[in-house]
Amino acid sequence: MCCMSKVMVVTSGKGGVGKTTSSASLGAALAQAGQNVVVVDFDVGLRNLDLVMGAERRVVFDLVNVVQGDAKLPQALIRDKRIETLSLLPASQTRDKDALTEEGVARVIDELRERFDWIICDSPAGIEKGAMLAMRFADLAVVVANPEVSSVRDSDRIIGMLDSKTQRAENGDRLEKHLLLTRYDAGRAARGEMMKVEDVLEILAIPLLGIVVESPDVLTASNMGSPITLHNPASAAARAYTDAARRLLGEDVAVSAPPQRQGFISRLFGRKAAAA
Amino acid sequence: MSLLNFFTRNRSAPVARDRLQVLLAHERALSGRPDLVAVLQQEILAVIAKHVPIDRDKVVVKLDRGAQVSTLAIDIEMPHEARGRR
Repeated sequence: MCCMSKVMVVTSGKGGVGKTTSSASLGAALAQAGQNVVVVDFDVGLRNLDLVMGAERRVVFDLVNVVQGDAKLPQALIRDKRIETLSLLPASQTRDKDALTEEGVARVIDELRERFDWIICDSPAGIEKGAMLAMRFADLAVVVANPEVSSVRDSDRIIGMLDSKTQRAENGDRLEKHLLLTRYDAGRAARGEMMKVEDVLEILAIPLLGIVVESPDVLTASNMGSPITLHNPASAAARAYTDAARRLLGEDVAVSAPPQRQGFISRLFGRKAAAA
Repeated sequence: MSLLNFFTRNRSAPVARDRLQVLLAHERALSGRPDLVAVLQQEILAVIAKHVPIDRDKVVVKLDRGAQVSTLAIDIEMPHEARGRR
């Protein structure tokens, strides 16, 4: 068994916090750093990773087809057209999550370990079967949270599950957990309208992987079907994901303070100025 | 929101709309028979396998869903020793 590859779950409990965007962006950033990466969509029935990565027109087979033996793994993998070391394994759009079994997922993950350095499991929201299977075989976890009460509460619940329901936890092995704070607005935090980074870190008590500021560049990248590290590498969000990927690769990169957004007037007239 | 878009010249929204229109048209059309491509592949491979042995690991299936036409490409590697056998 190859021990070099890492299985990383991107999870949050709550929906809409940026799991899929972060899976695609971290996957692209790791691939741009020369790693062989596959991003696996575990959201059976509601797949979206294909759309965010711009591969929606090319999906033929999916995770469920491979688990059930209807297709071979290489047939279901979609290689990114822009970065050749980046691949996608889509979720099924037409089945329900009961189509996934623990044994089947274990087999696919083992097969992926032989081909890739990084296997990024994009978890569905919630704590049901799909989310459980996405984290089940993880070596490390990225918990995505927004600085907002319900997101932080759900993240705490998910951290508890990472510590009890994963194979590593059951075997008494260590499972690294990292916090990725997304949709952060430094201006609002400074004005006391939003929890600060330190507040969330104190509550959740896991190390910080990065801070992704709330940014229209993220929506633009998703509209275009391109991970932001490819679409707009100079943007603050892309730099946050690129730095996060470097930290995952063991580099010692300090987390820089998130830039404050411009005021209303500059936002209305000159958004591009800040992104350039 | 539309005022904001107007001022900031964000050209990505039309791309998003076009991508979604193509994708959803295909997904709605396939709602009755979601596994059409899988069925096509299986039947095509069965026909070819009658004449030539096929290694399923060497079959590459590519699909490109377009607005007007879609293309399905199935690459099947036929080993040399297959000739003359059977």
